[in-house]
Parts: sequence; C-alpha cells; structure tokens
Amino acid sequence: MLEIKNLQASHEGRALLTGLDLVVRPGEVHAIMGPNGAGKSTLSKVLSGSEDYDVTGGTVTWNGKDLLAMPTEERAGEGVFLGFQYPVEIPGVTNDYFLRTAINAQRKRRGEPEISPGEFLKLLNAKMAFLEMDASFKRRFVNVGFSGGEKKRNEILQLLVLDPKLIILDEIDSGLDIDALHVVAKGVNSLRDSGHAFVLVTHYQRLLDYIVPDFVHVLVGGKIVRSGDRSLALDLEAHGYAADRVGA
Amino acid sequence: MSDTALEAHLNKSYEHGWVTDIESDTLPPGLNEGTVRAISARKQEPEWLLDWRLKAFRHWQTMTEPAWQKPQHEAIDYQAISYWSSPKKPTDGPKSLDEVDPKLLETYEKLGIPLAERAALAGIAVDAVFDSVSVATTFKKTLSEAGVIFSSFSEAVREHPDLIRKYLGSVVPIYDNYYAALNCAVFSDGSFVYVPKGVRCPMELSTYFRINAINTGQFERTLIVVEDGAYVSYLEGCTAPQRDKHQLHAAVVELVAEGNGQIKYSTVQNWYPGDENGRGGIYNFVTKRGICKGNGSKISWTQVETGSAITWKYPSVILKGDDTVGEFYSVAVTNNAQQADTGTKMIHLGRNTRSTIVSKGISAGRADQTYRGLVKINKKADNARNFTQCDSLLIGDKCGAHTFPYIEVKSPTATIEHEATTSKVSDEQVFYLRQRGLSTEDAVNLVVNGFCKSVFQQLPMEFAVEAQKLLAVSLEGSVG
Ligand SMILES: Nc1ncnc2c1ncn2[C@@H]1O[C@H](COP(=O)(O)OP(=O)(O)OP(=O)(O)O)[C@@H](O)[C@H]1O
Ligand SMILES: [Mg+2]
Repeated sequence: MLEIKNLQASHEGRALLTGLDLVVRPGEVHAIMGPNGAGKSTLSKVLSGSEDYDVTGGTVTWNGKDLLAMPTEERAGEGVFLGFQYPVEIPGVTNDYFLRTAINAQRKRRGEPEISPGEFLKLLNAKMAFLEMDASFKRRFVNVGFSGGEKKRNEILQLLVLDPKLIILDEIDSGLDIDALHVVAKGVNSLRDSGHAFVLVTHYQRLLDYIVPDFVHVLVGGKIVRSGDRSLALDLEAHGYAADRVGA
Repeated sequence: MSDTALEAHLNKSYEHGWVTDIESDTLPPGLNEGTVRAISARKQEPEWLLDWRLKAFRHWQTMTEPAWQKPQHEAIDYQAISYWSSPKKPTDGPKSLDEVDPKLLETYEKLGIPLAERAALAGIAVDAVFDSVSVATTFKKTLSEAGVIFSSFSEAVREHPDLIRKYLGSVVPIYDNYYAALNCAVFSDGSFVYVPKGVRCPMELSTYFRINAINTGQFERTLIVVEDGAYVSYLEGCTAPQRDKHQLHAAVVELVAEGNGQIKYSTVQNWYPGDENGRGGIYNFVTKRGICKGNGSKISWTQVETGSAITWKYPSVILKGDDTVGEFYSVAVTNNAQQADTGTKMIHLGRNTRSTIVSKGISAGRADQTYRGLVKINKKADNARNFTQCDSLLIGDKCGAHTFPYIEVKSPTATIEHEATTSKVSDEQVFYLRQRGLSTEDAVNLVVNGFCKSVFQQLPMEFAVEAQKLLAVSLEGSVG
C-alpha cells in the first residue's frame, strides 16, 4: 500500500507540491488528471526519487517502508516503476541488453539469482509478442530514433519484463495511435491484480475507457483538490478544470 | 588507482632489488655516446646496429622537445634517467600474493583477470607462480609450424638480422621526432613479428605478451611485418593496471604490410595514471606508424587508452599501395588530472585508398583531452576516401574535450566526411537507468559503454569484455 501524507516538494525554492495526500491500495488503479504545470510529473518523479526536487515536508510510505529515505534504485528494487512522460535515449546500448541489465540489477537488490540468458530471452520474446512489437526492437538502441508512440510502447515492455508492484505511468497515452493505445492498455490490464497498484497520470479520459480506474483525482497547484470515481473524468472532459482552479 | 601505500610498497621492493647487484646490472643515470655504446655492448649487438643507434643519438642531440601538443608536463631531465638495467630479478618484486597490496588484487578481481595471471601482473616473478615456460613453448611450436616468427627484438637481431636491417626504421625514420629518435638511440628491447607470404597467423598474439609485457622497459620497439597475403592480429598491453618505476615511456611501433597483407593491432593501455593530482603518473609518448606498402593491404589500429598521466600518441597509416585500407578506432578515457592528446594520421598516397577514423574520447574529473587527426590526400591518390567520426563524452563539468581535425586534400577526386559530436552523460539518463534499478555507477558505465560500442566491436572478443570492465574501473569515483 502506498500512503502519501501532506507531501510538499520544491524545485530551486519554488513549491511544486503543496501538501498532497493520496492512498493507493494493492489492486487499485488511481487516475490523476489536472492542468498543465499542475505538478503531476513532479509527483511521479518525487515518488521515484528524482534528485531534481527537494522534499520539504510530508511522508510517503510504501508497504510500511519510508520511500523518501531510499535512493532511486532502491525504490526500483522495492518494486516502484515510473513510465516516463519523456523516455530517455541511451545510444549504443541495445534494448535487450539494457533490460537484462535492469532485471539483474533488481534481482541482485532483492538477493535473487541472475536470470539466465535463455530464460530472459524467452520472457522478452513473450512480452514483445504480447505487445505486438517487432523483434528488431531488441537490437535497437534504447529509445534512439523511436517514434513517440514506440517509446511509450517500449516503456510498457519494460514494465512487463520487470514486473514491478507500484506502477506510475506518466502520460503513457500521449502520442499513441488508436491501435497502440489498445496494446498499451492491454499490457497494463494484464497486470491488474491484487499484487499491483497503479497511479495513472493522463489528460484524456479516453485512456480510462480502456483502463478503467477505481478512483480519479484532480491535481491543481501541487495538491489533490477533488477526488471521485470514473465519472469524474467524464465530468472533467465536459467542463474542464475551471471549477478546480478557483478552489486552488 | 591512487594508492600511495601500494606505490610505497612497490618502490620499496624495487629499491630492495637494486641493492643486490646494482654495479653489474644498471648503468648510472646519464645520457651520452658512451651510454649508447654501453647499451649496445651489453646486448652484444652487431656494428651496424650500434652505428644506427649513434646516428639517431647524434641527431637527437640537435633536436628540441616538441611543445605543440596540448598536455603540459614538468621538464624531463634526460640526464637523470638510467638507460639500462638488466631484466627484473625475482628479488625485485613481492614473493607471493600475500605480499601484494589487497587493493591491487581487488582491481584484478574486478577486471576478471585469471587467477594464474594476477600474480605475474602484481610483479611476482613469473616463474615462481606461472608456468610460463610451458605456455611459451606450446605457443612457439604452433607459430613456428606456421612459419611465423615472434620473438624479442634482441633475439630477432641475432637470428634474423637481414629482416631487421631491411625494416628497422623504414616506417618511423630515426629523424622522425624527438622521442622516436631517443628511442632509436637507447631502446632496450621489444617484439618482432614476421608472417610469411600467404600465412594467416594461427593465433592472436596476445596471451604470451600479456604476461611478459610487464618486464618490458621504458624504451621498447615493436616491428611487425606481414608478407603478401599474410594476416596477423596483435594485442599489446594489458587491462590490469601496470606499474613501472620509469616515468617516461617512449616506445616506437612500426608495421609493414606487403601486398594484400593485413595487420590488426590492438592496444589496451593502462599504465599508472598518478595520484589525483597526476603525481607519479607515467608519460606515455609513443610513435606508432604503419605502412600499407603493397597493393590491397590493410592496417587497422584499435586502442583503448585509460592509463598514464599523459598520453601522447597518433597511430598512423601511410596508404602507399593502391586499394589499401587504413583504420583507427580509439577509446581514450581521462579522469582526475589525466591528460591525453591522441589521434591519428592517414596519409593517402595510392589510388582508391580508404581510411576510417572513429575516435571516442571520455573525460571525467578535471581531465583534459584532445583529439588531433590529420587526413592527407596526395595529388596522385585518385578516388581516396576518408570517413572520420570524432565523439567526446563529458562526465561532470570540470573536464574538457578539444578536437583538431587537420585535412589536406590535393586530389579533386577525394571524398572526405567528418562528423563530430560532444555530449554529456545527462542527469536524465542516469535517473532513467537508476529508476530501472541500476546504481549510479552502473548507469554511467552503461552510458559510457554504449558510447564506445563501435570501437569495442573492433577488439577481439575476450579483450572487448575486459575493456568494458576496465572503463568501469577507470571511471570509478567520477560520479556521485
Ligand atoms: N526540473 C524542473 N526544472 C524547472 N521547473 C520544473 C522542473 N520540474 C517541474 N518544474 C515546473 O513545475 C511545474 C510543474 O511541472 P510538472 O512537470 O510536474 O507539471 P505537469 O502537471 O506534469 O504538467 P503537464 O501536464 O504539462 O505534463 C511546472 O511549472 C514546471 O515548469
Ligand atoms: Mg507532466
């Protein structure tokens, strides 16, 4: 279970998260919506340990552990995964090598043995087939020259291969065509069970047609100003954030 | 490696070694004609070789140290160097691994150096721990059956004087440059390789060298000749950190490829870089040049340079024959106070000659690095082509990278392509990789290895793996 209490964070002295509360139980999908610049990506990065931000107050626990006390890679070892709004390119490093390195790094953190190359290949092939990805993506350099949609699909591939427990996806739907949106949703839904918790940042309620959330939150000015169920997203689609901005 | 305790330990061992029989084994410091004669006499060299040395020495005296290169160093006192000491005796080094600094052993461990070789690399007398005799014997048998000559330079002077006379100084003339001239005058020993017509050398010339390289001196010479249609792959150096009491290393390497002959020369240079301020590090001033003499021949240099306080070298190829190919693949790493000024020269003389230059420079800490490359296309080199790719990667913001590509084209039919990039290991990359579970150091290493990929691919397989690890060790402490 993820428990965020009164979280405050800033960047170079500017407060970006201003007292944010959120509880995500295992098996739940929480959608976070909100206007540009509201702090959604900031929340995602603070949860995964980016050093760009100073946490100035509040607490975050994950399964009872103090998440804020851990460096990024340790959080990854604890099952925290961030699907990036802007995935990063790593020239010269092939996708399959990167994924195997990552999987083994996480296993090592958990004191588990390395995955054998054969076992890894089987896993990778299965997930790529599931996501309808061409085999050539194995040997391409991480995100280099990938289209926007391909990058997002590659994030989901990493998600499926690494099988984390707390899954934060930052605008995983932006830049996706209809077919890709289906595939990405299929990937996410395949993990929906009591062992996984989701935080889904999105601007478009359409994603939520495919990945139906348990809760929808509106984030404005660095905190959650309104929460509801699936219907809140539809309401926002119709009326925008005007009412929330006034409240913020 | 910046461990002064180890340094002290090794120095002590050396001192200890000197005391035993200093008179008979070591020339006193100083350089004059007498020194040159004494070296030649101790090696029982023929008259012609002494004359050659003396000619070089007299010319060297008229020369001045070059000052155009970027790295700066304190003046070298050539009169303070001893130019001859007999090969290391067992008493020079530690007796067993128990006496070796654990930090050094830890580095070998990280590099995955086989156990049997660690002791030898740590300076323990090879015979005591490693059955080098049997290795060398099996090795020599395979080679001699193929007709390949691979011996020390001194032995070659005795056994194959005609070959040495024909090729010695034919690629790097004694007048070439200050350090090359000095090497010609006082070189101690080195290696000679000769591959006869049509023979493909049956093995990488590496393992043997790796063990034995430890004992080569500061002025070594390598000469490699492949006859028509012959091929050899030669590996110089070692990924393990090598320590040497000599500060100045001025080696000369000459390669000759006759018609359709091919030489692949790979270097991994990991000499002691000095402490964080560069104190005590080695000055590596090397002249390396190959000539593609016969039509259709090919010379390929691959280098991974991570060591030395100052590296200053430009492995070059003279493309004399028609349809010849020259290649230069380089990864140079500088960390802390290290400086490197390295690159290549591709001299196109023949028709349809092709050259490829791929240089990857990595700077961290306060280190400074320069790529300096010359592509020269002569009037008669019709349809010559060059492709140059020159990339710099910076880690942190206190280091520097500079690129000086010189291009001289005298033929209108030449094709020259030059690409250069400078990039940083970005915070975004490191965060992305850490979010996937990698430590900061592993994240940086992954980015660095990706950056070097196209060069590592040129290295023989086992060396490529070692080189990756070496890079990781060299960059330790450069982040975080
Ligand atoms: N590293 C940073 N450097 C400078 N400003 C930052 C940084 N990170 C966030 N900000 C600022 O903080 C505010 C919140 O940014 P954030 O990326 O969290 O918004 P968002 O809700 O994800 O918006 P969007 O919907 O456009 O993705 C913005 O004004 C942004 O410019
Ligand atoms: Mg955002």
